[in-house]
Amino acid sequence: MDESVAESRPLKILIADDSDTDRLILKTLVKRLGHSVFDVSNGAEAVRLFRESDPDIVLLDALMPVMDGMEAARQIKQLAGERMVPLIFLTSLSEAGALARCLEAGGDDFLSKPYNRTIIEAKINAFNRMRLMHQTLSDQRDLIRERNQQLLEEQKVAKRVFDNVAHTGCLDAFNIRYHASPLTIFNGDVLFAAPRPAGGMLIFIGDFTGHGLPAAIGAMPMAEIFYGMACKGFKSADVLREINQKLKQILPTGMFCCAGMIEADFKLDQLRFWNGGLPDGWLIRETGEPQVLPSRHLPLGILAPDQFDAEMETLATRPGDRLLMMTDGFLESRNAQGELFGEAGICRVLEAQGADQHPFDALMGAVHRFRGGDGEGDDLTLCCLEMVDEAGISAIPDRNPPSARPGPTEWHCTYEIRERTLGDFSPLPLLLHICMEVPGLRRKSGEIYTLLAELYNNALEHGVLALPSEWKHSPEGFGRYYEERRRRLTRTEGHYIRFGLHHSMKPSGGRLRVICEDSGPGFAFRDHPMLREDASSGSAARYAGRGLLLLKRLSESVTFHQRGNHVEIVYDWDFSGASSDQTSTNR
Amino acid sequence: MPIQTRRGEDGQTLIISIEGRFDFSTHQAFRDAYEHGDEKVRNYVVDLSETTYLDSSALGMLLLLRDYAGGDGARIAIENCNNDVRRILSISNFEQLFAIR
Repeated sequence: MDESVAESRPLKILIADDSDTDRLILKTLVKRLGHSVFDVSNGAEAVRLFRESDPDIVLLDALMPVMDGMEAARQIKQLAGERMVPLIFLTSLSEAGALARCLEAGGDDFLSKPYNRTIIEAKINAFNRMRLMHQTLSDQRDLIRERNQQLLEEQKVAKRVFDNVAHTGCLDAFNIRYHASPLTIFNGDVLFAAPRPAGGMLIFIGDFTGHGLPAAIGAMPMAEIFYGMACKGFKSADVLREINQKLKQILPTGMFCCAGMIEADFKLDQLRFWNGGLPDGWLIRETGEPQVLPSRHLPLGILAPDQFDAEMETLATRPGDRLLMMTDGFLESRNAQGELFGEAGICRVLEAQGADQHPFDALMGAVHRFRGGDGEGDDLTLCCLEMVDEAGISAIPDRNPPSARPGPTEWHCTYEIRERTLGDFSPLPLLLHICMEVPGLRRKSGEIYTLLAELYNNALEHGVLALPSEWKHSPEGFGRYYEERRRRLTRTEGHYIRFGLHHSMKPSGGRLRVICEDSGPGFAFRDHPMLREDASSGSAARYAGRGLLLLKRLSESVTFHQRGNHVEIVYDWDFSGASSDQTSTNR
Repeated sequence: MPIQTRRGEDGQTLIISIEGRFDFSTHQAFRDAYEHGDEKVRNYVVDLSETTYLDSSALGMLLLLRDYAGGDGARIAIENCNNDVRRILSISNFEQLFAIR
């Protein structure tokens, strides 16, 4: 760009020659070309002056006293370092070996004596061009290096910001194993996990088209929605719908997010699963038997909200069953010969392995061996969730921060959903939100959600939809149950579910009364074995034993009214629980 | 040229053929292939018979074409995919958006 300017600038040229006559002739010639000249008569002086005057080009006699041209050339090149300072030997030598030694010592070219003005001018100009080109390249390289450094720094900071929003949630739970590269977000992969308020977990794994900043930016609202909705008890299908709508709104056409959602219910031993554009998920039974869970949906961010299908597949599981999800980085792993690991690689590993090795270790081991131990280009994400006993999972801490905000303590409200709304809306997040306004109830969100969810699900499935719970006890019945549930949800005309919530204070704490009524036929609760004082075990048409036992365990009392479609529970909390929480946070 | 276009016999169909890899490097050429077409074009055919590989950015480009051709009302057929290419299209369930033949 400013090359012409640079070229017209007079150069600083250092001349070293022990012959006074030769030096004078050369100096005069070079000065006439418009350059400024420093001249010395031996190598040592040349080195000293090079240090002091920083010349652009050096003309050096090969044979000089004190220090000859070769040694001076070596020292000058060393001083110049990365800078290109053309060094031209002045010589009357013609023997090839001697000339070669000049170049080996660091010389760039020769000028033979006697001097020719035209040749001198041409060589100085040629070397100056080379010097300028070298300068430009070095400057550009330095700039790129600096920008790249800056970019990496920015990514590090951005990653910290991202981690605060899209923290890994409960990915560290003992029943989850995962692999994600440290800067995975800049590969476009995301992995989130959150405990649900009533126990159970949601896991989200995503893979954006494209890399870098756009993917990272798209992932931010996704994380907010996921964690925000998960802790409020929304169903996974609702979370998916919300994320899809947001991505559709913010991503340009052509950019989308392949994703998988897993909702684990350890109480009911169930998995709900949705796969939109990710490679097959795998359910590995406790026995080692694998089952493929293919993608049945378009990725997130493509379809408009009214076309989006968030239908989850429901799978009956047993403790010890494991679900694997991965991004396509896994399939696209290549070995030294450039072959793909591919689906075939996954099948080979999962179908060959027995129950003794963890499928996560088997897959990671296999892909690592396949790649030949080279961690470069690692942009794969793999996550494995293991179904466990409900009892074991209660250890996952509730992340909701305690709040000292005062709130309402004496209130009641009634909320009724009816008609078609029963088919596509869950009132649980809203009801939980109302209860969480009471300061003393906030630290009980898990229990409250469980109570509300048990009441609601029973009212909906066994009341309004009149589904017999026995169906769920056999594998064929399980599928039939959910098929029928889906069908009946489209025909809820004339039905309702009504919640009455009452809260009042007591000297030592507070009392929440929840009344849940539905339009269903009810059931013969007076004969229900679980409801008699001498209850030991058994099941009944309306309430599966488990749900009722749970209600009884969590609350002070469970009472049925009317024909069994009107349930009242009383839940007490006291300040002592609150104050013990206080001390535990102070520790 | 890795991307070629021709007009179908009915004069209303634009046939876009992609040779070799259909990925981000063909982004501009693929857009050019349909954006400067005339108004008579009603149908699009993406011919993948010579396509060896297709990645997620190609899926994005297909969505861009779909948008250009009228979104939900677009008439786009994807033809002659090899097994690998077909597999990628079906993992993403693109048969819901395109006629894949």
